[in-house]
Amino acid sequence: MADLIRTSLLIFRKDFKSELRSRYVINSLLMFVLVTISIIRFAIGDEKIENEVLTGLLWIVIFFSASSGLSRTFVKEEEKETSIALKLSSDSSSVIIGKLIFNLVLTFALNILILILFILITDYQIKNLSGFVITMILGNFGLVSASTIIAAIISKANSKGTLYPVLSFPVLLPLLLTVINATKLASAGVDTGRLNGEIMILISYSIVVTVTSLMLFKYVWED
Amino acid sequence: MSLTEIKCENLSKSYSGRTIFKDLSFNISSSQSLTVTGSNGSGKSTLIKVIANLIHSSKGNISVRSDNIDVPRDKWFEKTGLLSPYLNLYDELTGFENLDFFYRLKGKDGSNSHDKIDLVLHKVNLYEKRNELLKNYSSGMKQKLKLAFAVLHEPEILLLDEPRSNLDKAGIDMIYEVSAEQKKKGILIIATNDEDDKELCDSILSIEDYK
Repeated sequence: MADLIRTSLLIFRKDFKSELRSRYVINSLLMFVLVTISIIRFAIGDEKIENEVLTGLLWIVIFFSASSGLSRTFVKEEEKETSIALKLSSDSSSVIIGKLIFNLVLTFALNILILILFILITDYQIKNLSGFVITMILGNFGLVSASTIIAAIISKANSKGTLYPVLSFPVLLPLLLTVINATKLASAGVDTGRLNGEIMILISYSIVVTVTSLMLFKYVWED
Repeated sequence: MSLTEIKCENLSKSYSGRTIFKDLSFNISSSQSLTVTGSNGSGKSTLIKVIANLIHSSKGNISVRSDNIDVPRDKWFEKTGLLSPYLNLYDELTGFENLDFFYRLKGKDGSNSHDKIDLVLHKVNLYEKRNELLKNYSSGMKQKLKLAFAVLHEPEILLLDEPRSNLDKAGIDMIYEVSAEQKKKGILIIATNDEDDKELCDSILSIEDYK
């Protein structure tokens, strides 16, 4: 177990260092977020948009920025033919956990930026902050868990770009419906206790997807 | 170093109905070496990938035994070193960082890792360039670093696929030196068409005989 954590963190650190130097994912994600939020700003104009609608818009930005960024960790390994060196140096569990940690860090950092920009341009109100934070953390964890294994699957395919939304939408639909509803309730000021149902669904989803990913990744990673 | 053995029984590999090789059997153990020959596209690299556990055979069995104990497939990587044209290291890391990352990933002791890596970098004549990013290396330098990657953890099974690619005379001599060292302590398998490389190993397997 200690060895698994050590090697997973090594892979995470390698990806982090590599990303800081190449800006392979960060640059495209930043551009995507800035362009999307600018479009939302122009589309809204001077209209007063209800918080419920804004919650939907917020998750649209989060979902599509995740779509454009999270798949690249595995796609890059395949395109640059570095995956073979990784296969010859580590077991599959370390790879998926290392990539999962990297995607989590990337997504949480990105979502903080998205949220700040979103609040600044739309007057988005968050009345139950603790409930909102719990919902966002669990939602993002589920999103990253599912996206990481889907990214591993599509990295083996020829039409990588088109396959991601096709595969991810049905897998992420239960998560998105729950997290959007929970975020909507939290931002409207509903007590965290009354969000228990949604929170339990989000926790269950994340556990099921993460465990399934760990079990299935070996077969995806090995040809 | 332990006694290692690779046993292949009736191995076959096909892609989309096209047979690459079939009914291929051989045994090889420590201090033995094998050259795999065949024309371009004949399946030499495919066989190397099967032995390295990068792909599965379509039929037949392949096993690796260490001191008469079967090594689980997911642990073969600990015993295998591979140099091949289809393997790349990370362009965004320096030569030293690449080797350090893979050395630690293989579970090797980190306390003397720097000394070990420096030694191997000296051996492949890349010590002076160790802190340069890999993207600034020439193709020959990258091939030398891949050789360092293959031998860094002192593998019991060393697989060299077209090892001369992009190498100058000094680089080729390096391959000969590494091959001679490996033959003394472990298994060496070279996939090549070069007549000089064929001389390096004890026996020859022509992939064309298994079509």
